[in-house]
Amino acid sequence: MWNWFHRLSAPKSFFELSGKLLPWFGILAVLALVVGAVWGLAFAPPDYQQGNSARIMYVHVPASILAQSSYMMMASAALVFLVWRIKLADIALQCAAPIGASITLLALLTGAIWGKPTWGTWWVWDARLTSTLILFFLFVGVIALRSAMDNRDSAGRATAVLALVGVVNLPIIKYSVDWWFTLHQSASFSLTEKPTMPAEMWLPLLIMVIGFYLFFFVAWMLRIRTEILHREIRTQWVRERLLSQ
Amino acid sequence: MSLFFGVIKRELLIAYRNPADLLNPLIFFVIVISLFPLGISPTEKVLSQIAPGVIWVAALLSTLLSMDILFRSDYDDGSLEQMTLSREPFLFLILGKIVSHWLVTGLPLALLSPLLALMLFMNEAGAWALFFSLLLGTPILSLLGAIGAGLTVGLRKGGLLIAVLILPLFVPVLIIATAMVQAGMQSVDYTGHMLWLGAILAASIGFAPIAASMGVRISLSH
Repeated sequence: MWNWFHRLSAPKSFFELSGKLLPWFGILAVLALVVGAVWGLAFAPPDYQQGNSARIMYVHVPASILAQSSYMMMASAALVFLVWRIKLADIALQCAAPIGASITLLALLTGAIWGKPTWGTWWVWDARLTSTLILFFLFVGVIALRSAMDNRDSAGRATAVLALVGVVNLPIIKYSVDWWFTLHQSASFSLTEKPTMPAEMWLPLLIMVIGFYLFFFVAWMLRIRTEILHREIRTQWVRERLLSQ
Repeated sequence: MSLFFGVIKRELLIAYRNPADLLNPLIFFVIVISLFPLGISPTEKVLSQIAPGVIWVAALLSTLLSMDILFRSDYDDGSLEQMTLSREPFLFLILGKIVSHWLVTGLPLALLSPLLALMLFMNEAGAWALFFSLLLGTPILSLLGAIGAGLTVGLRKGGLLIAVLILPLFVPVLIIATAMVQAGMQSVDYTGHMLWLGAILAASIGFAPIAASMGVRISLSH
């Protein structure tokens, strides 16, 4: 197990393995996103109160769920990098930040668009919106720190520390903001309870959530692969690879 | 332990000899607060309503401005690097620096707060709540700010970056502290808020020096 893990964490073997996995993940991601989007946007029943405007939830809910877990994934990479000094984890951390930031921005934007017909304003200072906004700021901080430091090694460790500090603070921020004010509906999905919406609505939503996760992995892997090539440009295997193509 | 107090003594002595470093954040704090009546409205009704938020946001900003002096001069003259070589745990050294930073920036803010409460027409109960909230809240700001200061001390243009890194982390303190002051102004019991701030303070004392010392070591390594 450890042996396998160590081998995988070498940039070269990760590059080869991800090259094999990538097409499959790509196909599944496209499939899930197309099926979920078409089902959710065209065939699922409209909401009994909000009508067709509620269909934006098929983008908004997956984006919001992914926004938080992408920070968690980024922070796990940070922990792995700080503890075991695995170079690949640093690359993963660096590559997850921009994707996570864009997903968080997407969640904020779709939330604003949804808020206009239902709440009557583009933005309300509600607990969940606010904590998502702060999550976005945390992502921006990680990206800003990385880009401000020239030395790659210390930039990697500094952003890892910052990402971990953020992850410790995230629950505190979330609870304090929740406690501060709440207007938003509670989570529509939970692993332990039966969904309150009909199956024709939550099934496409679930497919969209899976599609968003797959998309995240595909985008993450693509960025990691590019960064590996960029960093290892002087090594033998990258040269051979580039020359053979 | 002797190292911890030694560091505090040294930092306080340095602050005493450079009173400008000590006074500028305070003056900034007072000026920012006096801009609000000019910019929004000088009436008692409006001012007393926005007072908790205004004072606390000004406290966040002035702590932020003073954060740069925490490690900067020691980094520039190389003494910070010498401190990492010390046989004593570096963690205590960092904690000592943070405590003395609070003594010269956060504590004066708290002591000055009754005056500002008067300027913004807060009632007496509110002024006490403000004083206690600053007393409990500003050490958290110094502790969390030290993380940002440690991570950015090696950078030439670190000032704005610190703001981006640590302002989001200040959010819980701001929320709880302003709620506490508002409760105080309406003569509602605010023990719960104080317990919350105390809990965050205790957690920060545990974690922030570790992250800050890691940040300083990283900054020194390049």
